[in-house]
Amino acid sequence: MAMKISQQKFNERLSSNLENDFMRGAVAGAQHRFQTRRSAAVDSLNWEEWRNHGEEIRQHVLENLDYYLYELSINVEARGGHVFFAQTAEEATEYISTIAKQKSAKKIVKAKSMVTEEINLNSHLEQLGCEVIETDLGEYILQLDDHDPPSHIVTPALHKNKDQIREVFEQKIGYTASSQPEELALHARKVLREHYLTADIGITGCNFAVAETGSVCLVTNEGNADLVTALPKTQISVMGMERLVPTFEEMEVLVGMLTRSAVGQKLTSYITVLTGIKEALEVDGPEEFHLVIVDNGRSSILGGEFQSILQCIRCAACINTCPVYRHVGGHTYGSIYSGPIGAVLSPLLGGYDDYKELPYASTLCGACTDVCPVKIPLHQLLHKHREVIVEREGRAPISESLLMQAFGMGTSSQSIYKLGTKVASTVMKPFTKNEKITNGPGPLKNWTAYRDFPSLQKERFRDWFEQHNKGGNPK
Amino acid sequence: MIQNRESFLQSVAARLGRSTPSLTKPERNWKHLPQHEVLKDASMEELIEVLREQCLNIHTTLKKCTKQQLPEILNETIVDYGGGRVIYSNDPRFGVLNVLPVFEQFEHLKWQSGNGERNIDFAEQANVGVVISNVTLAESGTIMLQASPEVGRTISFLPENSIAVIPKSSIVPRMTQAAQFLREQSHVSSCINFITGPSNSADIEMNLVVGVHGPVRMTYILVEDY
Ligand code: SF4
Repeated sequence: MAMKISQQKFNERLSSNLENDFMRGAVAGAQHRFQTRRSAAVDSLNWEEWRNHGEEIRQHVLENLDYYLYELSINVEARGGHVFFAQTAEEATEYISTIAKQKSAKKIVKAKSMVTEEINLNSHLEQLGCEVIETDLGEYILQLDDHDPPSHIVTPALHKNKDQIREVFEQKIGYTASSQPEELALHARKVLREHYLTADIGITGCNFAVAETGSVCLVTNEGNADLVTALPKTQISVMGMERLVPTFEEMEVLVGMLTRSAVGQKLTSYITVLTGIKEALEVDGPEEFHLVIVDNGRSSILGGEFQSILQCIRCAACINTCPVYRHVGGHTYGSIYSGPIGAVLSPLLGGYDDYKELPYASTLCGACTDVCPVKIPLHQLLHKHREVIVEREGRAPISESLLMQAFGMGTSSQSIYKLGTKVASTVMKPFTKNEKITNGPGPLKNWTAYRDFPSLQKERFRDWFEQHNKGGNPK
Repeated sequence: MIQNRESFLQSVAARLGRSTPSLTKPERNWKHLPQHEVLKDASMEELIEVLREQCLNIHTTLKKCTKQQLPEILNETIVDYGGGRVIYSNDPRFGVLNVLPVFEQFEHLKWQSGNGERNIDFAEQANVGVVISNVTLAESGTIMLQASPEVGRTISFLPENSIAVIPKSSIVPRMTQAAQFLREQSHVSSCINFITGPSNSADIEMNLVVGVHGPVRMTYILVEDY
């Protein structure tokens, strides 16, 4: 799956997702649970101090990224690993494909990784004839279901109910039991177990790389990353170039903040720190290790007005709190990165052509900024995107530009403004019913498709104020 | 081998306003260090209480015993899990704790480099895997294991049931102390596992399901006077 998960236009995605009641209920329920658990997990700490520390660590790393990448590469090599710096998605996929060819790999097991989705790795490997198996249960379900796109960073198959999952298992992996989650999971366990034992290559992402030791840290609840890295002879880890920390000390701080913010746990079941290849006489672990460090547009964010988005540790707390995400669901964003983080990041990595609507899919309420463990000013960045879209790119989404044009014309001259506000209620009359506009024209169309707009009052506020304020005494 | 590093770092450095990549280690002058405050003044008994409470959240059974009681408790735990094949790490502390005779009552294998792949085959068929925690984090209820030729990575992943012996002296407040411990060591193990209860997933309608990949059940046995 590439970063872009849909060919539909934003409005089409929006409409179809608003009609998906199960998905919307699941998203709202998940948000509620994640939020409650997160609050409980951070309440016991002096969380603002933690956020300050999280922020300073991430900013320090970004400001010294050249040094830390250098240090990381030296230490990976010192432990027998290979490091490949990939400027583009193509360079990364080509390098990994070459390894797969050299190893004559037939089967590849993968632990969940956003960056491998971003560079569309699976389809490149499948084109080589490799069987690529996602082992995170949620990802595995989506993969079996003809690559249904993920709807949430932490629980990608959130939009599917257990009967749908049972059907997919029946059709694809010979499942015959009930739609009980336990039975479904038990079957997946058996099938996946066999895959770990017979795979040629294991591929993972990287939650944090530790520069001082050349280690890769993986955070999961299922433990799949451990089997992916312990059993196949070759391990490849792919990381976004900003995902690193100086030492174990900063790693542990961010890991704790990640798990608390993501799932409300003090730590997830498995935090695994892997350093190089297996050592002499060790039995399990990879004989060959490759770290692929991916730029793919990140360096052009560095040093610019959006730099702070690179502080992100992909915890999804912003997604879990966003009122817009709650109503539209992950698929509407058209990107593997959804919610507020997606609305900021997708246009930067994928361009405004595909993602110019996303910065508008926000109420700018600032809830995302408040929960972000590393203090990324998300709503300000969304606002900045809008400025860039309108001012530098000259292309607000159509309804906004119409609205702005009308507003600009209406307010540019006092007489037109006066006239406009006086006739507005008459003009809108055909669209008004019971004091409400339920199916407005032009710029009001998108709004009134989902919300009623109050009817325009005959008496303007200015006139009312003048009437009521005669002689300086409000009546 | 390192490939494409120079050009890559050059473009990063340029974006950061430097003409060439910086090769000097930056100072880490943190203004905030909240992690050292957590459970700072807690006594060992208080840490054990924190650990006990946390075990309830992570679906893990916690048993406490003295060194003398350990063989019996370990035996009882393995039997409760249904006996069968048992694999354990070649950790000298098992000898010190007098539990090797316990393993011998079951079909068992000591994970040893000399066994080669047989270790993995046995672990895959084993019902119970037994390890000893090197550092135990009270706050999160986490054990820390460092892989070596004698302590295989998969002992605590492949068998359906997992048992970790926790020496009381291994208990620290949180991961902060484990990170410091690791930094003080001269050699970093190829695989460090922080394990907090059994494998679990909430991917199907957000229902918690245990044992999707790793162990389904987990017991910690805290040895008090070790
Ligand atoms: S932007 Fe902040 S809250 Fe959102 S995923 Fe990234 S770190 Fe988490």
